[in-house]
Amino acid sequence: MDRDVVQREIFIDAPIERVWMLITEPEHFAAWYASGGAEIDARPGGAMRMRWDEHGEFLAVVEVVEPPHRFAFRFAREPDRAPRPGNSTRVALTLEAEGTGTRVVVVETGFADLDISPAERAAYADVEAQGWSAGLAALRQYAVDGTGR
Amino acid sequence: MTHAAVLAAVSEPMRWRILELLSDGGDATASALAGQLPVSRQAVMKHLAVLDRTGLVSRRRFGNEIRYSAHPERLAATATWMEAAARAWDQRLVALKRMAEGRAGAE
Repeated sequence: MDRDVVQREIFIDAPIERVWMLITEPEHFAAWYASGGAEIDARPGGAMRMRWDEHGEFLAVVEVVEPPHRFAFRFAREPDRAPRPGNSTRVALTLEAEGTGTRVVVVETGFADLDISPAERAAYADVEAQGWSAGLAALRQYAVDGTGR
Repeated sequence: MTHAAVLAAVSEPMRWRILELLSDGGDATASALAGQLPVSRQAVMKHLAVLDRTGLVSRRRFGNEIRYSAHPERLAATATWMEAAARAWDQRLVALKRMAEGRAGAE
């Protein structure tokens, strides 16, 4: 699903261990991400809180911690709610040493899963399943006799 | 209809292809679209129903035909929303970069 992914990157002229610290230690994370403050329990399954004075407090769950290369979390896009499929996106930060510096790549996914009611999601899944099976049947027919219908 | 619903609608490759065909070729019937795709007319109808429900296509009756046309505005609005998310990340990464480079050696 290429279209519900945001991917950005930047080169930082600082060692990877320093960048890792700035990404995973809560007082530093807050300085560039959550201006009102943050708490991070940097373990898989650990809880995160992020605050913005103008928006409120948002909860997240740590998914991946592999120092100094990968840090991923899923965070709720509505305040004061635990993240779950349907109200959250997933952020994955990947660090790679590059020369004397660090390349940071961020991938945020899950936009297509937001705010869709269970009935809508089931309807999409049903249509897609039928679409694929019809497509595969047509493909088989095409392979057999050159017609798609 | 939410941006997420638009993304879910266009993330299915056949629906994206249908939108492309309607955008490039102008309005068309479901049969005409199926003639350009490796799926049945029935499958195309189901995909058009999703696109219609999401506001990405609209349909009009011409005599005893129903013709579908693409509506790029909704897709453009969702693309703008995603671009805003990307720009937000650009700002954060620049802030991270300044922090990392500015205080190097200051501890």
